[in-house]
Amino acid sequence: MLNITEKILARASGKKEVSPGDVVFVNVDKVMVHDVSGPGVLAVFEKLRKKGMVIDKVWNPDKVWVAEDHFVPAADKISAQNIVLLTNFTKQFGIKKHFKYGMGQYGICHTLSHEEAMVLPGEVYVGGDSHTNTTGALGAFAAGLGHTDVAYVLLNGKIWFKVPETLFFKINGKLPDHVMAKDLILKIIGDIGTDGAAYKTMQFGGTGVSEMSVESRLTLTNMTTEAGAKSGIVEPDQKIRDYLAARGVTRYDEVHGDADAQYEKIYEYEGSEMEPIVAKPFSPENTVVARDLSSVELDKAYIGSCTGAKLEDLQAAAKILKGRTVKIRTEILPAAMSIFRKAMDEGLLKIFMDAGVVVGPPTCGACCGAHMGVLAKDEICISTTNRNFPGRMGHVESQTYLASPLVAAASAVTGKITDPRDLK
Amino acid sequence: MKGSVIKYERDNIDTDVILPGPYLKIHDYAELATHAMEGLDKDFHKRVKPGDFIVAGKNFGCGSSREHAPIALSYSGIKAVLALSFARIFYRNAVDGAFLLPIEIDESAYKDISDSDSLEVNISANEIKNLTKNKVYKMKPFPELIGKIIEAGGLFNYKP
Repeated sequence: MLNITEKILARASGKKEVSPGDVVFVNVDKVMVHDVSGPGVLAVFEKLRKKGMVIDKVWNPDKVWVAEDHFVPAADKISAQNIVLLTNFTKQFGIKKHFKYGMGQYGICHTLSHEEAMVLPGEVYVGGDSHTNTTGALGAFAAGLGHTDVAYVLLNGKIWFKVPETLFFKINGKLPDHVMAKDLILKIIGDIGTDGAAYKTMQFGGTGVSEMSVESRLTLTNMTTEAGAKSGIVEPDQKIRDYLAARGVTRYDEVHGDADAQYEKIYEYEGSEMEPIVAKPFSPENTVVARDLSSVELDKAYIGSCTGAKLEDLQAAAKILKGRTVKIRTEILPAAMSIFRKAMDEGLLKIFMDAGVVVGPPTCGACCGAHMGVLAKDEICISTTNRNFPGRMGHVESQTYLASPLVAAASAVTGKITDPRDLK
Repeated sequence: MKGSVIKYERDNIDTDVILPGPYLKIHDYAELATHAMEGLDKDFHKRVKPGDFIVAGKNFGCGSSREHAPIALSYSGIKAVLALSFARIFYRNAVDGAFLLPIEIDESAYKDISDSDSLEVNISANEIKNLTKNKVYKMKPFPELIGKIIEAGGLFNYKP
């Protein structure tokens, strides 16, 4: 009667079974740091060294991997120095999987986690970033942690978790063509609120999810963070096996929930009833149907981030932008180099550039308001990213509307928030 | 613990306003403190004194996993945040890094405590005294493991 999350946590803590509320120390299979959390972890190491602790190795360098994503290309001297710190760290500790900016494959950590099959079904995966939840779409327990906790994992290979309650979201039937997984997860967050899944797991299933591509499932789990969830998860199926096999991985130990698995609550959604949804400033729960916002005039459209710049996100944008031109400043940043290359091979980049869009390198920069195109005071942006808190993408008095790549691209064409069905 | 209250009467105070994104590249704790709460309250840094408490609504610290958020508050002098509830990563960062105490209070205490009130927090008795209003509130006791980690002085000092 255990669900997939309980079974993974039981296995990782050496117990036969666990129940929601139990506090367990679990063995970690994979851990990730990036150019923000990595230097943060190193600061924790320094603090510990000052107290006399000797830190000259990590528990298992083969289970650690590193991304450069938030401040690449280096935004300034401090960011450049952080990349140097990260490079020295991976060299010193013998960590081989370091995806470096400017050296082949690199990109946003959560995108690499699936593009590079860094995490496998049944594993416990933690990362120094709140959207670590994303990778749960592969059938792993994936949760974000802070610097101290990641430092602890790096030295001990384990960490404590309270076994979460699971909310099950059952999606019946396919989404219509003009609706994307982004619309569905915005709708769900609007319904349950930004703390609606606090400390809990959000599991997605039903025919709507089994019909969904792996990339779409990753959009669902990615934004579970915005509902306060500890993790998001989908049971692995043939699509996951095929996705991993295409990346050269066939050996792993899948975990599935029991037939009589228990959930705290089951929510049902009819796929065919879904509509394009937009979250207004300043919260991802502030959702309305896109058509209600058709009078909102925009300054910028942004198609990027771990949430909204996977290959199918770019394909969706290209479907809209083909043969059209943008009316407002528009940027498209594929989430990883491998996706950038596929977009080139498929001719998507030409479509974007013909439309007048700037195509840029993978980075978290604009999504977190750090660099690479931040918003001015009073500027209004439609974005395929995941957060729209005050100041998230720039000036504290700028505004971000969260939307699917289809809605963002349609809005780029008209300069106003636009349901893709209403595009002439 | 004694100190005075800086109250933000709102829910969902997120890590983007506690410590805005552009400062994520900074890992100097004292410098981070100068940017604490910048997205919500530009005067926070001038106003905060060592030992102060923040009082806020539900889901405090939602958003990113940045440990910069509890670090910036801690190095500003904040000893505890008293809120209706906390987002999970902020909560465990505060406890595991021993930066500050995330204390859950109930609706009546939240309503009753005013900005600038003087409080005395006693975690072993799960009690908060409002010295200004001469009242006593109950705080939600820490779960067992959390209590042990706090007592040890952070996760690295805790022996499972």
